Amino acid sequence: MSEEKIIEIKNLEYIYMQHTPLEHQALSGINMEVNRGECIAIIGHTGSGKSTLIQHLNGLMQPQKGKIIVDGEDLSDSNVDLKALRRKVGLVFQNPESQIFEHLIGDEVAYGPFKLGLPLNEVRKRVKWAMEMVGLSFNEMKDRPTYALSGGQKRKVALAGVLALKPEILVLDEPTAGLDPYSKNELLEKIKKLNREEKITVIFISHNLEEVSFLAHRLYVLANGKNLVDGTPNDLFSNKEILEKYKIGTPDSVDILYKLKDAGFSINPRLFDVSCVAAQIFSILSTYQRRVTDDISV
Amino acid sequence: MKSDQALIQLNDVSFHYIVEKKKELSVLHHISLNIFPGEYVAIIGHNGSGKSTLSKLFNGILKPSAGDVVVNGWNTKNSQLIRDIRQQVGIVFQNPDNQLIATTVEDDVAFGLENILVPAEEMESRINQALRTVGLTGMNKRAPHHLSGGQKQRLAIAGIIAMKPKCIIFDEATSMLDTYGRKEIVKVMRRLNNDGVALVTVTHYMSEVVEADRVIVIEKGKIITQGTPREVFRQKQLLQSIGLDVPIANHVAEMVHQKYQPFSSNLIDAGEVVEEVKHFTTGGVSV
Repeated sequence: MSEEKIIEIKNLEYIYMQHTPLEHQALSGINMEVNRGECIAIIGHTGSGKSTLIQHLNGLMQPQKGKIIVDGEDLSDSNVDLKALRRKVGLVFQNPESQIFEHLIGDEVAYGPFKLGLPLNEVRKRVKWAMEMVGLSFNEMKDRPTYALSGGQKRKVALAGVLALKPEILVLDEPTAGLDPYSKNELLEKIKKLNREEKITVIFISHNLEEVSFLAHRLYVLANGKNLVDGTPNDLFSNKEILEKYKIGTPDSVDILYKLKDAGFSINPRLFDVSCVAAQIFSILSTYQRRVTDDISV
Repeated sequence: MKSDQALIQLNDVSFHYIVEKKKELSVLHHISLNIFPGEYVAIIGHNGSGKSTLSKLFNGILKPSAGDVVVNGWNTKNSQLIRDIRQQVGIVFQNPDNQLIATTVEDDVAFGLENILVPAEEMESRINQALRTVGLTGMNKRAPHHLSGGQKQRLAIAGIIAMKPKCIIFDEATSMLDTYGRKEIVKVMRRLNNDGVALVTVTHYMSEVVEADRVIVIEKGKIITQGTPREVFRQKQLLQSIGLDVPIANHVAEMVHQKYQPFSSNLIDAGEVVEEVKHFTTGGVSV
């Protein structure tokens, strides 16, 4: 990960249906910085402005006030090359499987690269790469019909379709919502690989705090169109005041730690990985055991 | 609170979707099960296992291709009874935005009541009682689209409980909510169940499954195992082999058990883990 900023957002505001009785301020001052190669989570309640925010990143929405700079380019500039921007920033919507329209998986993934006017062998190469990246075997799956896939597989196809455009920045809106635990873990592993190995900058919205702590280097908490908190998952989940103040839930493993703390045990809320929680419990038990044996030996 | 007479009976039910002309996609195979009054049942299975289809059979949204679904003695195939059946068995779906129709919270709850011709004077008390149960008291005049996701889902639930159903189906009703919103819904569910309403919840969150009296595991359109949450979560390998998992608390308990045998490995929620820790540390240490 470099210190080079790939995205900078300053005082971004957005009002829906401005100057009408239905006017609604969705963003009211967002400030954000993302370094090249980082993995950033955006969390916040429904209606906090998360989806509005990410639609700005590839120019689907233009800033009304404030600035967004993506890889050196100011998106308020009316001369900005939107095509190039959208090639650079791949946006995967919520439930992207509902947008699949081709009959065969291979055709679906190839649609974007074809539209870019790439030669056939390059398209084929990219489709193969993208499918393998998300864990779909190119040879086995490219000629299968898209309708006969499970929810998790469809989502992988949709993700592959965006990856085939070779984006530098991947933006995902709730990538695992509605998936079963296995499909969820599998997809998370793929996204992690794209970020950590392929060095694609990833920005994702999530409700699932387990996956936030698994994937993200840093996170932003949004409420009422503003970003309130930013920091590492550790910073956030070990700060009970902030969690309560902004009604942010905690991963189940953090719940166990806080319940132990309430019961009078000393724990470290920053070590909330499942194995760390087990280790902390074991250490509580062994401290007690040692004390018992000490008492006996005295 | 359980009685012997089943509220919903599925007798040898199979179901297939018709994909194209003469092409069938078989989803459920010969399922027989009963849901009893006041029972709290969780249905789990991976994406595409048929659990959502199953939940839509319970109040006649889908009709079985073979076999019968009987609610309160009424067969869901009898379309004249479908209104009565849906008044007995309500359903909350995944996406809160697809379920709200009115411009204020109270109108949204009133919608169902108007349909079943509840007199105006009774309506207000039913609406307020329903909003109280879901924790939305005082928000009568708010616009539904300005509520948070969790509040919207609770409003959808209020619309159903105002109809005084005997059973509510939650079809992945929490999967689009954040952790906080999800816990609010779980609280409401527990309250409803304590009041005697039967609940059937279809979910991917193992921490929600723990709340239920009985868990039914669906794989490839069949029931492969069922039992109390503790009994089902004991079959960790089976669950993992079909893409499911056990709760985080269970993973933690098992890891502690590996290093310290007396610590139980069969704990299924955070509260139990803490109790077990207390059990091994009482009698002195509070430093």
